[in-house]
Amino acid sequence: MNKQLKFTTRVVFTMFIALFFSVTMIQFVNADELRANELNSRTVKNSYKVERGSILVDGDPIAYSTPTDDSFSFVRQYDPGSIYAPITGYFSHSQGVTGLESAMNLELSGSGNAQFFTRIMNTLNGVAPQGSSVQTTINPKAQEAAVAAMAEEGFTGAVVAIEPKTGRILALASSPTFDPNLLSSNNNADIIANYAQLDKDPEQPLQNRAIAGDLYHPGSVYKLLVAAAAIEDGEATPTTEFANPAQLTLPQSTSVMQNASRTTCGTGAKATLEQAIVMSCNIPIAELAMKMDRGAVPEMARAFGFEQELTVPLAVTPSVSPLPEDQAQTALSSIGQLDVRVTPLQIAMVSAGIANGGTVMKPTVVDQVITPDLRVETQVSPVELSKPISKKTADAVTGMMEKGVTEGLAAKSAIEGVRVAGKTGTAENGTDAAGNDLPFTLWYTGFAPVDDPKIAVAVVVEDGGGEAYGYLGGSYDLPTAVGKRVMEAVLSE
Amino acid sequence: MSNASNGTSEPRTFEKTRTSETVLQRITALRAPRLLLGLELALLLLAIAVGVAAVVIIDLTIQGKVTTTLLPTGALFIAALLALHFTIRRIAPDADPLIMPIAAFLNVIGVAMIYRLDLAKGLSGWGADSVRQLVWSAVAVVAAIVVLALIRNHIVLFRYTYLTGLAAVLLLLLPMLPGIGATINGARVWIRIGESFSFQPGEIAKILLAIFFAGYLVRNRDSLAMVGKKLLGIRFPRGRDLGPLLVFWLAAMSVLVFQRDLGTSLLYFGLFLSMLYIATGRIGWIILGVGLFLVGGLAASQTLEYVNRRFVNWLDPFADPFNASHQMVQGLFGMANGGMTGTGLGQGYPEDTPLAQSDYIIPSLGEELGLIGLFVILAAYLLLVGRGLRIGFAGQDDFGKLLASGLAFTIALQVFIVVGGVTRLIPLTGLTAPFLAAGGSSLVSNWIIIALLILLSNSVRNRPKLVIRA
Repeated sequence: MNKQLKFTTRVVFTMFIALFFSVTMIQFVNADELRANELNSRTVKNSYKVERGSILVDGDPIAYSTPTDDSFSFVRQYDPGSIYAPITGYFSHSQGVTGLESAMNLELSGSGNAQFFTRIMNTLNGVAPQGSSVQTTINPKAQEAAVAAMAEEGFTGAVVAIEPKTGRILALASSPTFDPNLLSSNNNADIIANYAQLDKDPEQPLQNRAIAGDLYHPGSVYKLLVAAAAIEDGEATPTTEFANPAQLTLPQSTSVMQNASRTTCGTGAKATLEQAIVMSCNIPIAELAMKMDRGAVPEMARAFGFEQELTVPLAVTPSVSPLPEDQAQTALSSIGQLDVRVTPLQIAMVSAGIANGGTVMKPTVVDQVITPDLRVETQVSPVELSKPISKKTADAVTGMMEKGVTEGLAAKSAIEGVRVAGKTGTAENGTDAAGNDLPFTLWYTGFAPVDDPKIAVAVVVEDGGGEAYGYLGGSYDLPTAVGKRVMEAVLSE
Repeated sequence: MSNASNGTSEPRTFEKTRTSETVLQRITALRAPRLLLGLELALLLLAIAVGVAAVVIIDLTIQGKVTTTLLPTGALFIAALLALHFTIRRIAPDADPLIMPIAAFLNVIGVAMIYRLDLAKGLSGWGADSVRQLVWSAVAVVAAIVVLALIRNHIVLFRYTYLTGLAAVLLLLLPMLPGIGATINGARVWIRIGESFSFQPGEIAKILLAIFFAGYLVRNRDSLAMVGKKLLGIRFPRGRDLGPLLVFWLAAMSVLVFQRDLGTSLLYFGLFLSMLYIATGRIGWIILGVGLFLVGGLAASQTLEYVNRRFVNWLDPFADPFNASHQMVQGLFGMANGGMTGTGLGQGYPEDTPLAQSDYIIPSLGEELGLIGLFVILAAYLLLVGRGLRIGFAGQDDFGKLLASGLAFTIALQVFIVVGGVTRLIPLTGLTAPFLAAGGSSLVSNWIIIALLILLSNSVRNRPKLVIRA
């Protein structure tokens, strides 16, 4: 019987080893993942119990916890709240958690694995638990300039600025904005009332238009991708010439494409690619796109980050660039219409990639995680996201963009004594149910200085032009001025 | 030496030495029962101290002061434990000194966690699960004392093999009787007398079945293993050898399937197979049995709605996290919240998980005591099972060997089903962790198992002494 008992003992041991393994899997290996699960109410409850870490901009706290006498022990405060709302999000007891407060909750509440030993030491020493602080990459001058420029003009839209060499996000503004303090008090009734009001607001201030709002038609800024794809594939150079009609009937269709000027592109019989970029002409770009493989431009867009899940660590809605089904669709897609939709961050990444000699860096808004005893727990280092184009192609596109500023539509972004590259865009949004033209979406993207890029920027202004505004103040005017102001804020440092 | 020094001139003869009381005492002393029982008492006091400390920590953490809520019933339980210890000293002085303290340790840890959950839910007085658990613990320990005093020698049980088998099936049938049967949480395995007294007779039936299996298999093991037709390389026993066993076992299984108690059916099946294997050494039957069980389980998961739900929850707990798998998901979150070191007693949120005090006490403990705490608890179970299997190895009579290893395997299997269920190793079937989980019937049956193991271990260890004294 002992032989069987020996085997039974082995079976029992195996069963227990399996149990040791499965509890380890949950409590050690998968613990962080489970804690980060958005359904996990325990994580939120835990974060009430600790003094939550601060969110810092250039060393100054913009979100921090102060002690209270109530059952929550702490209250979360934001100063200046509305300027940084798209970055910090809010930390609310009854309306959930958004922005960096949510994306970096484990670090801010001190419950991540990296803080494991700190937690043990604190428990042993009887020190009250405290979360780590998150240092952002935001440049306060750029952020303030972006918010002020949009607010002064009453624009609805967003501004994103990136440091091209590192991918560090310097500004992330969404307009109109809101005050996160309204949603972070310890009075639930107040929070619910304030949230209902913000949620009902027709201007949707809670929407983060820079990365997570409704996607926009990119309009002419998408032409940068067409040019990049064509030059990279050897299909064209800036001097390649195209037929220059005032109207183009799209193949197998009755639709007619016009240039924004409603005339030919320049005065010549032929127009070059450079002319088309500088003057933002539609027809030569459409002709170029139809000459290429119809998958070429969407593929280039994907190489720049379209259609990819991206977290910075805020979740970014992926931009889309579907494969056109025929020549007419290829033509319309190439000028950023039809089904092409983007976030301002994605357009800033396109400019940053061109500025950085063809290498797109992974954008991030987090620089460091700093423990309560001021140790650097995590240092985010630059990560290459992709290399969609060669240095040569990047230089060729840069040249055309620079000309767009010196003698083209992007002239308003010119900064004295600095070489600036820029591209404007105007996207039509179709017609409403009654057949009237909907207001246009206006774009600007660019970077500076050309010889040593420090900042790449994308600006979008919703409903900024078109009939509603009597066709006054187009893309070459309104968003371009905003872009210039943000670039100046960084360059004047 | 002593003979030389006491000055007697009588020559030492072999005869004299052999019967000398001094030598007998020396040999007896070599087995050192007193020392072992001293160890048992020391370990028991340590286990009690752990429990008291846990309750004090919970009081201080949650209420900020030490309360006396658990004092009267706690004292009753401690008194019962000490009484058990002194009963063991009288009746089974050579018993294994680890078995009882380990059971006591698990029991007090369970009480502490149940008390902590009571505080979170605002339960107090007789409505509190912890107070009832302590009363039941005392009752269970007294039941163990009664078993020790009544049985004294486990060979008695061998005499009533068929009677115990019959009693097991009758007990299993009890909940089906109208009037006293009750359905709780979807399973009809309870009898209820009056408002507050409910009991799961299946828990006691588990022990009776183990005794029946052991008795029957020891009587028939040779014919079971040797005689019979060979089919597909496996020799199958004759109907008249296996028949009675199958009848009892099938009766037990069908009752359980009828009562919708998945965990217990799995447990009985495992008990049956393991004892059959240990007695006969026929691995082919086990493979066949496990295979049939897997096929049956898969078929049940496709056809029976309540089995299917558990299967789906097991494969993907996040598919329906608010309804069907709410408990599972909350349990996982709780354990993750505890992590390596746990939140500390009273500082997690185990009350967020439904049935945190019974089916889900393991995740509750995991949350507040951490991975380290669960390792200690699992190690305690493993040690307990190991001592039981050791009795099986060292036992002199086949009945005792088979019974001890069967009972030890039951505990191991139950722990595996419970912990495996909550950690998604296997589908959740709804059993309770022995000694830890809230529930009187389970406590009584497990403490009776402890009493039997103590008796069995005593008979293993005192045999040399009996031989010498004879």
